[in-house]
Amino acid sequence: MRLSSLCATMCRPTACLSECRCALQNIVERLLSGDRRALARMVTLIESEAAPSHRYLAELHQHAGHAHIVGVTGSPGAGKSTLVTRLVREYRKQDTKVGVIAIDPTSPYSGGAILGDRIRMMELAGDPNVFIRSMASRGSLGGLSSSTRDVVRAMDAAGYDPIIIETVGTGQAEVEVMRTAQTVLVVVAPGMGDDIQAIKAGILEIADIFVVSKADKAGSDQTVAELAMLLSLDSNRRKAAWRIPIVKTSSYKEQGIEQLVESIQQHRQYLLESGVIVSRAQRQVRSELNALIMHAVANALKAEMSEEEWDAVVDDVTRRDRDPYTVASEIQARIGLK
Amino acid sequence: MADTRPIRVLVAKPGLDGHDRGAKIIARALRDAGMEVIYTGIRQTPEMIVEAAIQEDVDAILMSILSGAHMAIFPKVMNLLQQNHVDDVLVAAGGILPDEDIPAIKSMGIKGCFGPGAPLDEIIQFVRDNVQTDRLSVGV
Repeated sequence: MRLSSLCATMCRPTACLSECRCALQNIVERLLSGDRRALARMVTLIESEAAPSHRYLAELHQHAGHAHIVGVTGSPGAGKSTLVTRLVREYRKQDTKVGVIAIDPTSPYSGGAILGDRIRMMELAGDPNVFIRSMASRGSLGGLSSSTRDVVRAMDAAGYDPIIIETVGTGQAEVEVMRTAQTVLVVVAPGMGDDIQAIKAGILEIADIFVVSKADKAGSDQTVAELAMLLSLDSNRRKAAWRIPIVKTSSYKEQGIEQLVESIQQHRQYLLESGVIVSRAQRQVRSELNALIMHAVANALKAEMSEEEWDAVVDDVTRRDRDPYTVASEIQARIGLK
Repeated sequence: MADTRPIRVLVAKPGLDGHDRGAKIIARALRDAGMEVIYTGIRQTPEMIVEAAIQEDVDAILMSILSGAHMAIFPKVMNLLQQNHVDDVLVAAGGILPDEDIPAIKSMGIKGCFGPGAPLDEIIQFVRDNVQTDRLSVGV
């Protein structure tokens, strides 16, 4: 479909996009009716923590909860973006609207970022039923950006299902994706040898499905065998009802993608039948509430204490005129904490 | 909380030429200037560029083209933007743009033209000065 005709069907004539750009109260309605520009603007508001975004998200919350949320993580260069592209193409055969959130790192020096995931996803570009949003991590360290969860909520409410989250290239400890996704794919490229040892501690534990990518390359069978061995050593996993599959894929030879979609579907089935989907959701809500409150406390502290006051108390404690515990409890009292 | 957010820029390579060194250098310079740069890769159609600009909700689109097809491609991009009511995004162009074409390019609504040798600082400053500031304000 051409963009022009799509826009004509998406925009209600009375409230076309350019006219209601200022009337943001409409944005929730427009998003729910499938307007891509409204969703795009909502994501911007969420990302920049704009004042009304929580009000909008509160409205969207009741409309979300339908999408299956798939996290894709793995080290840089493991093949995540290419795999996501193939996955989306497979899902599009079922004619569903697919959402993709691709996160790349923010420079700690300039605050800028190069978001390059679209380069690999080029063949999806121009399909209005695939909504791809590139996000910078903006200082967040867990492999996602702090607003990823809220962006998922907006896409979910807008009717995208599944929603695929591609994390930044991860090392060992970036496990934040497990607090947002329902099914976590850990992508491992062959020939990385000891790197599998390295991912043992953090990332091995969060995988629901292992993907050995670039299976057209030598060494992929060995990688599968090493992963299988590591899994067999994990006593908790051995007892669990879900057997973590190891799926070999080759985006180059277009192999294994159907099987991977099948495994994701089986995992969703398992989550639903076992009730694990509820306990995961509860764990995620708990962590979200915690994060929201912590954020509010940090903001309250920022609003209460001027830089001069900080300097004064820091000097006091540094000179040992006062102790940090008393000072902290005084400041806590000022922002209403006991 | 900061009252502005980083500027988001789409750097796109329309047309059939595959020479994207220039586009990558621009992308890198904008990143170092604190902007979030979405790079599309080469050989983008006008439809792909406009759809990416919509989904990414960018503040600016910079197109780099060296093949000489700019007078065919730029009008298509500008028309598609208009058809989709994208009227608050800065559009600029770079690459091999002959002097005699520049008035026509500017009359399409493309605000800046940067040929070979354009200083990076000038391009960065141009983006900062010309993106619509009400897009960047995130309220209190």
